[in-house]
Amino acid sequence: MRLEPVANPTLTRQLGLPALALLCTVVIASLLAMIAGAQPFSVLGLIVKGAFGSKFAALETLNRATPLIFTGLAVAVAFRAQLWNIGAEAQLYMGAVVTVVLGTGALSWPAFALLPTIAIAAMLAGAVALLVPTFLKTRFGVDEVVTTLLLNFVVLLWVSMLLEGALKDPMGLGWPKSARLIAEARLPRIMDGLRLHWGFGLALISALVVWVIQRRTTLGYEMRAVGLNAEAARFAGIPVNAVLIKTALLSGGLAALAGFSEVAGLKGNLTLDISPGFGYTGIIVAMLALLNPLGVVVAALFVAGIFVGADSMSRAAGVPTYLADIMLAFALLLMVLAIMLTKFRVRRS
Amino acid sequence: MDILDILISASFWTAAIRIASPLIFAALGELICERAGVLNLGIEGIMVVGAFAGWLTVYLGGGLWFGVAVAMLSGMAFGLLHATLTVPFGLSQHVVGLGITLLATSLTYYCYRLALPSVTSPPKIEAFQPYEVPFLSDIPLIGEAVFSQTPLTYLAFVLAVVVSITLYRTPLGLAVRAAGENPAAVAAQGLSVTGIRMGAVMVGSGLMAVGGAFLTMSAFNSFFFEMVNGRGWICIALVVFGSWKPGKTLLGAVLFAAFDALQIRVQQTPLGADIPYQIFLMAPYILSILALVIMSRRAQVPAALMVPFNKGER
Repeated sequence: MRLEPVANPTLTRQLGLPALALLCTVVIASLLAMIAGAQPFSVLGLIVKGAFGSKFAALETLNRATPLIFTGLAVAVAFRAQLWNIGAEAQLYMGAVVTVVLGTGALSWPAFALLPTIAIAAMLAGAVALLVPTFLKTRFGVDEVVTTLLLNFVVLLWVSMLLEGALKDPMGLGWPKSARLIAEARLPRIMDGLRLHWGFGLALISALVVWVIQRRTTLGYEMRAVGLNAEAARFAGIPVNAVLIKTALLSGGLAALAGFSEVAGLKGNLTLDISPGFGYTGIIVAMLALLNPLGVVVAALFVAGIFVGADSMSRAAGVPTYLADIMLAFALLLMVLAIMLTKFRVRRS
Repeated sequence: MDILDILISASFWTAAIRIASPLIFAALGELICERAGVLNLGIEGIMVVGAFAGWLTVYLGGGLWFGVAVAMLSGMAFGLLHATLTVPFGLSQHVVGLGITLLATSLTYYCYRLALPSVTSPPKIEAFQPYEVPFLSDIPLIGEAVFSQTPLTYLAFVLAVVVSITLYRTPLGLAVRAAGENPAAVAAQGLSVTGIRMGAVMVGSGLMAVGGAFLTMSAFNSFFFEMVNGRGWICIALVVFGSWKPGKTLLGAVLFAAFDALQIRVQQTPLGADIPYQIFLMAPYILSILALVIMSRRAQVPAALMVPFNKGER
C-alpha cells in the first residue's frame, strides 16, 4: 500500500474520520467494560453522569481540567516547534516547589503583589527545567525526548527529598508534605461557595495568550517555521536555536503554572502525589487538540471529564478506573490516524 | 576503603549481571527497531505487558519457558500495532510510541485488577532458579558472578551475540541496517522497506517484553504496579550510549547495572547513611543523561531514523 495526498478533502472526510475515531474508542471501552462484567451502556452513562451530571461533578471536572490546560498548552507550544518536551511533569513540580518556597511566609506581601511574583518565579523555575534539555539538544545534539523523560524521575526524587527535608512541614506528624501556604498566597475562588479557583481563569487566559503569540507575532511564525522544517528555517535566516530556547521558556513556564495553580488554588500545600501524571496526560490533550491552543481547552475538558467520570463509574459499577487511561490511549492513537487519513488516501501499489 | 571491598565482592557482580539482564533484552530490542529506522517509545509499556503476561502465565499454571513465549508474543502484538501506525501510515513515532506505552500500561493494570480484584500483596510464583554452569562456576569470583545466574541471564548474553552476528554477517541484517540508513536503496533492490521495518519492530518489541518478563520471572517473582519504573527509557539511552552497536550496548547495560548495584550497597555503608536515599535513586537517571551528552558527539545515528518511507515518493 502507499499513501496519496487528497487534494481537497471534503467536509465529510474532515469531520467524519475524527468522529469515527471517537466512536471506535467508545466501542472498545464498552467491550472492555463487558469483559469486566458490567453493562456497557450503563458504564458509558455513568462516566458522562460522573463528569457532568451534577453541579458538583461539573466543578470537579473543571478543577481537574485546569492543570491539564496548562500542561496541554506547554506540550502544544513545544511540539509545534518540534521540541519534544515530555518533561511537563518535572516542570509542573518545579513550579509547585517555588510556590511553596515563596508562599509559606518567606514573603509577607499583600496578595495583589505576592501572587504575580510567585507565578512568575514558578514559570522561571519550570523554564529552567526545560532549558537544560533544550540546551543539551542545541549544543550537543542530545535527543530531548530521553533527557526530558529521565529528568522527570530526577525532579520527582528531588521533590521527595525536599518534602522529607528542607520543605517538610514541622507540624505534619511525619508525613512527607509541605507547610500550608499563607492566605495571601492562595488563589481566590472565582465565586463564593463554588469550589473553583482562579487557576481555571488563569488557564483560559493563558490559552488565549498562547493563541495570540502563535497567530499574531513573529515568534509564533518562527516557531511554526522551525517545526515544519528546521533546515529550511535556518536557510531562511531564522535563528533556529534561539527560537527553540524561547519555545522552551514558554513551554516550561506554562507547565510550571500547572504546579502553581494546583498548590495555590486547589491543595494549599505540596505533597508528592499532587500530579497523577498531568504532565504526561498533557501530551494527549495537546494531540487531541491538534496542537491548537484554544482546542487544548476543549480537549482538557474532555480528558478531565473521562477521568472524573471514570472515578465515579468505578465506584458504582466496579470496573477498574484504568478504563479511563485505556480510552485516552485509544483516542490518541485513533485520532492521529484519523487526522492523517483526512489528508491522505490509502492506495494499493 | 568500603567501596573497594564492594567492588571485589562476588555478590556485587552477581547483582550487577542480574540487574543488567532485563536491560540487555530490552535495549537489544530497541536497537533492532532503531537500526531499521523506527524509534520505539512503546518500550516502557511493552516491558510492563511482558512482565505481566509472563507472570500471569506461570501463575495460572503454565511452564516458565511457556511464560517467556507468551510474554514475547504479547510484546510482538503491541509491536505490530506500533509498526502498523508508524511504518505504512507514517505517523509520528514520538506520539505513537508514547500512546503505545500508555495503552500497554493501562491495559495491563486493567487486566491485573480484573484477574486479581482484591489482593493486597501480589502473589509470588515459582520463578527461574540460578543454574550453575559445570566447571565454569568453580572459577573464583567470575564463576559466582557470571556462571551462577538464571537461564534467562545466559539467554540475554547469547542474544547479544546472535543479534550482532545477524546484523553484521547475514543478508537479513544488511537489509535491516539498510532500511534504517537508506530505505530507497532497499526498495531499489526489490525488497519491501515496509516489511523489513515492521518485522524489525515486532521482533524488537518481543525482546522488550522478554526484558519485562525477566523482572517478574527471574528477579522479583511477582507482579506489582510501577515495577518497570523507567527502565525502558534508560534502555533508549543505552542504545545511544552504545552507538547502535549490540556489543557496546551490552557493555553499557553492564556498566549501568554495576553502578546501580554499587549505589544500593553504598547506601548501606556509614558514608551512605548521611546522604538522603533519593540522591542514590537519582544517580542512575543522571548518569544516563551524562552518558548521552558524552556519547552524542561520536554516535552514528541511523540516517533514516524516524524518517517514514513512502514508496514512489521522492
